[in-house]
Amino acid sequence: MAEKPKNTPGGKKDDDVPTTGHSWDGIEEYDNPMPRWWVWIFLITVVWSLGYWVAYPAWPGIQSATSGLLGYSSRANVATELEEFEARNEQWFAQLVEADLDAIREDPELHRFAVNAGASVFAAQCSQCHGAGGAGVQAQGYPNLLNDAWLWGGTMEAITTTVTWGIRNEDYPDARWSQMPAFGVDGLLDDDEIDAITQYVLAMSGQEHDEALLELGAEEYEWNCASCHGDDGGGNYDLGAPALNNQVWFYGGSEEDIRHSIYYSRFGVMPGFETRLREAEIRAVAAYVHQLGGGQ
Amino acid sequence: MSIFRHHKKIETHATLLLVLSFLVVTIGGIVQIVPLFYLENTIEEVEGVRPYSPLEIAGREIYRREGCYVCHSQMIRPMRDEVERYGHYSLAAESMYDHPFQWGSKRTGPDLARVGGRYSDDWHVQHMIAPSSVVPESIMPSYAFMMNRVLTRADAENVRDYMRVYRLLGHPYDDEMMENAIDDFFAQADAEGDPGVVDRYPGAQQRNFDGQPEVTEMDAIIAYMQMLGTLVDFDTFVPDPSR
Repeated sequence: MAEKPKNTPGGKKDDDVPTTGHSWDGIEEYDNPMPRWWVWIFLITVVWSLGYWVAYPAWPGIQSATSGLLGYSSRANVATELEEFEARNEQWFAQLVEADLDAIREDPELHRFAVNAGASVFAAQCSQCHGAGGAGVQAQGYPNLLNDAWLWGGTMEAITTTVTWGIRNEDYPDARWSQMPAFGVDGLLDDDEIDAITQYVLAMSGQEHDEALLELGAEEYEWNCASCHGDDGGGNYDLGAPALNNQVWFYGGSEEDIRHSIYYSRFGVMPGFETRLREAEIRAVAAYVHQLGGGQ
Repeated sequence: MSIFRHHKKIETHATLLLVLSFLVVTIGGIVQIVPLFYLENTIEEVEGVRPYSPLEIAGREIYRREGCYVCHSQMIRPMRDEVERYGHYSLAAESMYDHPFQWGSKRTGPDLARVGGRYSDDWHVQHMIAPSSVVPESIMPSYAFMMNRVLTRADAENVRDYMRVYRLLGHPYDDEMMENAIDDFFAQADAEGDPGVVDRYPGAQQRNFDGQPEVTEMDAIIAYMQMLGTLVDFDTFVPDPSR
């Protein structure tokens, strides 16, 4: 078998290239120089680093590091960028703050801005409880914002107030506040009375119920519940009392759920955003929520 | 090339290569790391930052034990999108009492550096028990067992041991804090507990976090969650832009 000519990278014959002198079982290692392009790139990176040292913060000194000719600072950069966007949105934010709340949706351009700005505020601040799409968490007490059932009202003004101060929080004295008594735990009603009210509420919401308990239920409801939830179960926005005469439930509408709510009392909390968001953002998110479906 | 000619001596001499490599890495390390310990503008003192309270330490240890850091970072970087979403970018001082720090770079879940006060305790309880029940798109596993893990005096003593070590490392736990460590541990999870815990650890949240009479791991983890990122008052703190 004829010996094939051995080629090395670069097309040189093996005879031209010295070996490293190592030999294991007859296997030898060529001592080729590193490729020229590789060496050049290496040298360029060395030169590049010299420029980098001058342009960017680099060498530590006694008091501080050299700050670099470009004046790079990640903190200053983010501040500049925030200001830039601030300047772009300034006129819109100003309009939002000045506008009458209900007039926002009559100005199509402003309303479009408000809804889009509100959507991003909602995604960052509200979606964790009210859901990414605003549907809330059924039966866990996180209200659905897509329907027209409201606890504290669904007008622009009511929504803005709720977002600003929150509900049942200690952070703001203006937070919306009401507290349903725990009729069972606190011994305000006995079990029979609670059962009767449960049946009455079931009847009120058009569900299957025990006719025999309705009379007592109606009487107890009027004494204990009607002052907040209304004689007809229509609820009361001023007190955050939900309507009971429909099929929308915050903590479930089964007999067991209703009984639990009366016995233990259940209500949610919401943080206020007065210090977290600027007024224009609060108005924007209110506009967003208002147009989700149930705005009044 | 001729300048590399003498390099051959190093490359073909293992011990010499080792010694010289070590020398290069040492000099590089000293130049990069040592100045961070003395340069004025890398050590920023920030008002409000305090060492963790005993219950918060317990919560923080649970956070570490469960590997929360694998999916959650605790560092808001100075970039507009992060600042808009999570709040003011994190300051180095805010993790000065973290051993080890929990900055992280993996965000399967959101950053938690400023999660404190963002959600209610009920939300946290519900979310730990069944994350996807409140956030349907979440893939976080359930930590419902924390509700059943009651923390005892032995756990509080364990935390006090942590505090002893932290004190050795220079955390400013004073004698009063050490003496009250075990009482504070339980008092913080009780709205009617000794209010001294909040005096000793300003900004600590004191209440029954999980709604159960016992102090559980759920109380500890929520006490920790609810203080994250809340210690610095950004109304009064003005960051130096050159840092």
